[in-house]
Amino acid sequence: MAAPPSVTTERLSGTQPSASSLVVFEDVALAFEGTPVLKGISFHLAKGETKAIFGVAGSGKSTILKLTLGLLKPDAGRIYVLGEEISQRKEEDLFELRRRIGMVFQESALFDSLTVRENVAFRLLEEGNVTEEEVDQPVREALSFVELENTVDMFPSELSGGMRRRVAIARAMITHPELMLYDSPTGGLDPVTATTIIELIIKQRDVFKTSSLLVTHRLQDAFIMATHYFDRRRNRMQPLPPGTRSEVPMGFLILRDGKIIFDGGLGELVHTQDEYIREYIS
Amino acid sequence: MELVSPADFAKDAVQAVQDYTLLAVRSVGNLFRPPRYVADIVYQADLIGVGSLPIVVLTGLSIGAELALNSANTLQRFGSLSLIGQLVSVGMVRELGPIITGLMVAGRNASGMASELGSMLVTEQIDAMRALGTDPMKKLVTPRVAATVFMLFFLTIISDLLGLFGGALISTLLYHMDWHQYWSTAWQILVFQDVFMGLLKPVLFGFVIATIGCYYGLTARGGTQGVGRATTQAVVASSVLILVVDLLVTKLLMTIFAYQ
Ligand SMILES: Nc1ncnc2c1ncn2[C@@H]1O[C@H](COP(=O)(O)OP(=O)(O)OP(=O)(O)O)[C@@H](O)[C@H]1O
Ligand SMILES: [Mg+2]
Repeated sequence: MAAPPSVTTERLSGTQPSASSLVVFEDVALAFEGTPVLKGISFHLAKGETKAIFGVAGSGKSTILKLTLGLLKPDAGRIYVLGEEISQRKEEDLFELRRRIGMVFQESALFDSLTVRENVAFRLLEEGNVTEEEVDQPVREALSFVELENTVDMFPSELSGGMRRRVAIARAMITHPELMLYDSPTGGLDPVTATTIIELIIKQRDVFKTSSLLVTHRLQDAFIMATHYFDRRRNRMQPLPPGTRSEVPMGFLILRDGKIIFDGGLGELVHTQDEYIREYIS
Repeated sequence: MELVSPADFAKDAVQAVQDYTLLAVRSVGNLFRPPRYVADIVYQADLIGVGSLPIVVLTGLSIGAELALNSANTLQRFGSLSLIGQLVSVGMVRELGPIITGLMVAGRNASGMASELGSMLVTEQIDAMRALGTDPMKKLVTPRVAATVFMLFFLTIISDLLGLFGGALISTLLYHMDWHQYWSTAWQILVFQDVFMGLLKPVLFGFVIATIGCYYGLTARGGTQGVGRATTQAVVASSVLILVVDLLVTKLLMTIFAYQ
């Protein structure tokens, strides 16, 4: 596992949705109080893929993630998640599915009256029939994954923004869900901390083979993800040797005015002729 | 302030009533569906019950004493001071005990619930809970409703007893009535109907307090200010609704039991 992953040449993003797609959006539209935010969005996330979603502030990135979890309902279109159609499901019937998905919210959304330990253990305690001792081990593992072992008994308000982000990641991944949704995990952080967070996301991707949707403002995050792999032996990420590509395919989505204006891989992105995209990535 | 057309206003009002009804129905329905959050119910019961005890003791005692003081004055004029135990007893058990306790707990806990759930909503903690696969209706609303109904029932009994005790203090210390006579007349006057009415009310009031508190919390909009507004509205709405329910229940039960 320590060796750099092999070269994959097949083009995985922008292909047709198939049975192995974890997330499929079909012509999804949503308006808030009469203002359209999404005007017919279609894309899909293949199993094992990571898709980065870009767009200016207010373009509807967080909205897409909330739709994926069924936290919001689309006005039109269909959404399939983990093979199930969720767009018109009743709230009560969505909880089962949500347990198989991890989400890191833009503002972390930690439970502020629970300690870090209780936050991280939330899923396990909710799934029931576990004793306090039984959750200790996974909680410690999850917190050491994000390198925050010594904060267990602190409250979220006593942590820095970057630490909160990492606790939120630990909370979402404790049950190792098949799909992770990251909402601007590096937003508002200094470059060093931001890179640490991205390293964690790469670790999650390469160690647990999680598929993910990653909303970010920093194009650089996605570039790092596309060009690095996680070296388990050294416990850090390493650049892929030139000429190889990650065994985890990386796709890019760019949103503009409620539509997707780009859906493709890194190669297509850097060679695009579109003015707006060129400006965006420069 | 923004002007709203009457049609929109009516539509919003109907929608709000519909949402509230749905929440109220589901909060009860969840009691019969797993998972049941027993630990959360116990925690809330402790918060509501034990937390409200001092204020309930204080108000029960003083309302009973005031009732005795006021009625003694009138009764003395008719030379029938011995009726004081009966008056305090019926007044406390049927009406004042439930309503005073209900209003006190509404002020204390409907606001607490609205602000807690409202803050959780505006900081996306409710969404986070849903995202983690937990139903906030089951985890947050149902335990609060169950705990409030349960605790208000016992708080009201405590308040009734302390009201009687306050009345006894006034009657014996100020009006030199016989302690035993006071208590025996106070007990004897109570019939099943009085006690039934007095114990049905806290159950309904508790339900009103918790569902209204949670409803305003979960529909808070517009940041911290919105949470503040929701908190105030929850206290006002639950207090008004308690008074309305009280009137309706009293009238209804009086008709059913064919009171004098
Ligand atoms: N609950 C809501 N009620 C009303 N409007 C909303 C709501 N949530 C989002 N919006 C609107 O939808 C649009 C998209 O919001 P969204 O949060 O998805 O943007 P975003 O792409 O995540 O932006 P950012 O990069 O700043 O996080 C915004 O114009 C916002 O005003
Ligand atoms: Mg956002």
